[in-house]
Amino acid sequence: MELQLEDAVLIQNYIQGDEKALEVLINRHNQRLTSFIYSKVHNRSVTEDIFQDTFIKVIRTLKRGAYNEEGKFLPWCMRIAHNLVIDYFRRNSKMPRFEGHADFNIFSVLGDDKLNAEGQLIKSQIDSDICELITELPADQQEVIRMRMYQDMSFKEIAENTGVSINTALGRMRYALINLRKIIEQNNIVLTN
Amino acid sequence: MEDIYSSPKSKCKLVKTRKSKIDALLAFSKSLHIVKHKGKSFENNLN
Repeated sequence: MELQLEDAVLIQNYIQGDEKALEVLINRHNQRLTSFIYSKVHNRSVTEDIFQDTFIKVIRTLKRGAYNEEGKFLPWCMRIAHNLVIDYFRRNSKMPRFEGHADFNIFSVLGDDKLNAEGQLIKSQIDSDICELITELPADQQEVIRMRMYQDMSFKEIAENTGVSINTALGRMRYALINLRKIIEQNNIVLTN
Repeated sequence: MEDIYSSPKSKCKLVKTRKSKIDALLAFSKSLHIVKHKGKSFENNLN
């Protein structure tokens, strides 16, 4: 009874701006509330997340002045935690977790589009090789290929920026690519990933 | 004959939430301000 009264006093103090009162309340009920959640979810990190979400709701309710269950603070917290545990299980039943085990690894059939570390290294090497090859081209062709490939400009924009017609810009691009291929063939450069 | 010794395990495990999580909650509480205007509550989170 005395403990409940103390909770009520602490809640009043907290509502009036005493942040320290919240710390006392959290520490006082930490073990009971955490153990209660853990007994349901059996996962330490999920338990702590739910504990945190519970107190976020508690803080919001108290600060809004919407708390009206004086003397029943812990049961109220437990009810919030219980609802959050139910939410957690509902969410998980909609999105079942698959974890790999000895004879089957889910990541052997699932993958993303990203290159692996080796692929990324090769790609960055190819990119830097191409940059060097571009410097071998005549200046007007270098300009058009940089604007098109690196600055993602349209041929209309390239034509406007370089003061030539669109056909000239297209022609320069064509010759730039032909010349790049020639340099690659002549020097037996391999550009593959 | 081999004896199997097993100690009864309590199903109730007492655990505590880490201090870092509690500190985050206290920081959240300090940063949260409720502004009431025309019967409506607005949350301000001033980090």
